[in-house]
Amino acid sequence: MTKLGYYPGCSLEGTASDYGISVRRMARALGWELQEIEDWNCCGATAAHQTNHLLALSLPARDLALAEEQGITELLVPCAACFSRLVHANKAMQQDPETAREINDIIEMNYRGTVSVLNLIEALQKYAMPDIAGKVQRNLSGLKVACYYGCLLLRPPKYTEFDDAEQPSSMEDIVRALGAEPLDWPFKTECCGAGLSMSNTGAVVDLTHKILENARHHGARVIAVACPMCHSNLDMRQLDVSRRYGKYNIPILFLSQLVGLALGVSEKELGLKKHFVKATSIIR
Amino acid sequence: MSNKTVSDTASSFTAEIEGRGRLRLADCYQCGKCSAGCPMVDYMDYLPHQIVRMCQMGEDSLREKVLGSRTIWLCVSCETCSTRCPKDFDIAHLMDVLREMSLEAGLQHADASNIIAFHKTFKNGVEKTGRLNEFPLAIGYKLRSMDLFSDVTKFPKMVTARKLRFLPHKIKGRDKVKKIFAKCEARIRAKKRGKK
Repeated sequence: MTKLGYYPGCSLEGTASDYGISVRRMARALGWELQEIEDWNCCGATAAHQTNHLLALSLPARDLALAEEQGITELLVPCAACFSRLVHANKAMQQDPETAREINDIIEMNYRGTVSVLNLIEALQKYAMPDIAGKVQRNLSGLKVACYYGCLLLRPPKYTEFDDAEQPSSMEDIVRALGAEPLDWPFKTECCGAGLSMSNTGAVVDLTHKILENARHHGARVIAVACPMCHSNLDMRQLDVSRRYGKYNIPILFLSQLVGLALGVSEKELGLKKHFVKATSIIR
Repeated sequence: MSNKTVSDTASSFTAEIEGRGRLRLADCYQCGKCSAGCPMVDYMDYLPHQIVRMCQMGEDSLREKVLGSRTIWLCVSCETCSTRCPKDFDIAHLMDVLREMSLEAGLQHADASNIIAFHKTFKNGVEKTGRLNEFPLAIGYKLRSMDLFSDVTKFPKMVTARKLRFLPHKIKGRDKVKKIFAKCEARIRAKKRGKK
């Protein structure tokens, strides 16, 4: 049995609860045991790193130190923003003893840098591929999927050390193994506007529109994501995009939901009814 | 030919940025690739490479222009610039450094008030409970920014889909998180005093 440490992050317990429940359900279907870090705190997200660089390292450092204390060596972090903050703090402390001393002094813990942080795609690559193809229970053939990576899973590569920052293909490999049809499309690493969703909605609607239009142009039936902010901008903000630019109707699925569907888990258990753009009945 | 780099003749503004961010501004040779790939340029007052250029020049009048620019707050930290820079200059990190300096100097652009209000509300919530709760964040942000009525039509679906938690989850170690906030803020203040 695969045992992984687990950091859900705040969104997966709130506005992206569909991501949270589908990751747990997918993990169960794959036979993974998830050990949630006890008493984890928020990673600080954009609000911390844009205003206080010490806070931006210290908040995720407490989580890494707790994980280490609790015996976790590999930590699954499905939220791309949390993933980004955790790998930043991890690398900063692993590579620079002075930074490690300063941050350990602030958090009053002693993180030694032994935890490795995995995003959802990395965990699937490592612990579900390639034999996931043999576990598929639902036929997804002909389902055209635009795999959307966004920013923080990939960039900057010196911190994420994941896939190719300009031409990633790891999500496509997984989607193909599930029996669906990944599309070749150029906007898969464009930015959706992320954390400006509330404070600069106009810009987010413009950026999201470009991504949706490019996906539609290439024949996408659904878009697969692995980030709660990408999801909320492409799903919830799709209503605003439709109001400004004309109707769009592209369901946005978390990768964990797509994997879960392929493995035969019900739509309800995967939180597919929680979306703004109807995401049920994709599979006949 | 002189071998002087921008850094050798650095003004106090240039030196402060380099010290705080562990950056070498002279690395940038103004190719403009950062601006070419930036998703937010349409909304910015200066292009990213122009911000870098002004930081290299470092005159006092430019200090106010840079720290008071809309650009530094509209940067969404997508990291495309830092990923593509042929000189491996970390522009996205420079933006973080400049935002921190802008807040300290009280020079933030008026158009950034909503973005800053969002960050403040976000941090206050995490400081109190250890985690972010998006419902009080949305309400608190709306009150701070007085942007009261946008997105209200999405509220019923958020409730029926149980995407909003009305009561915040309070972690056990919230005193520890509060202490982390206090220490980080005190250290930034101390660094600022030490500089003067």
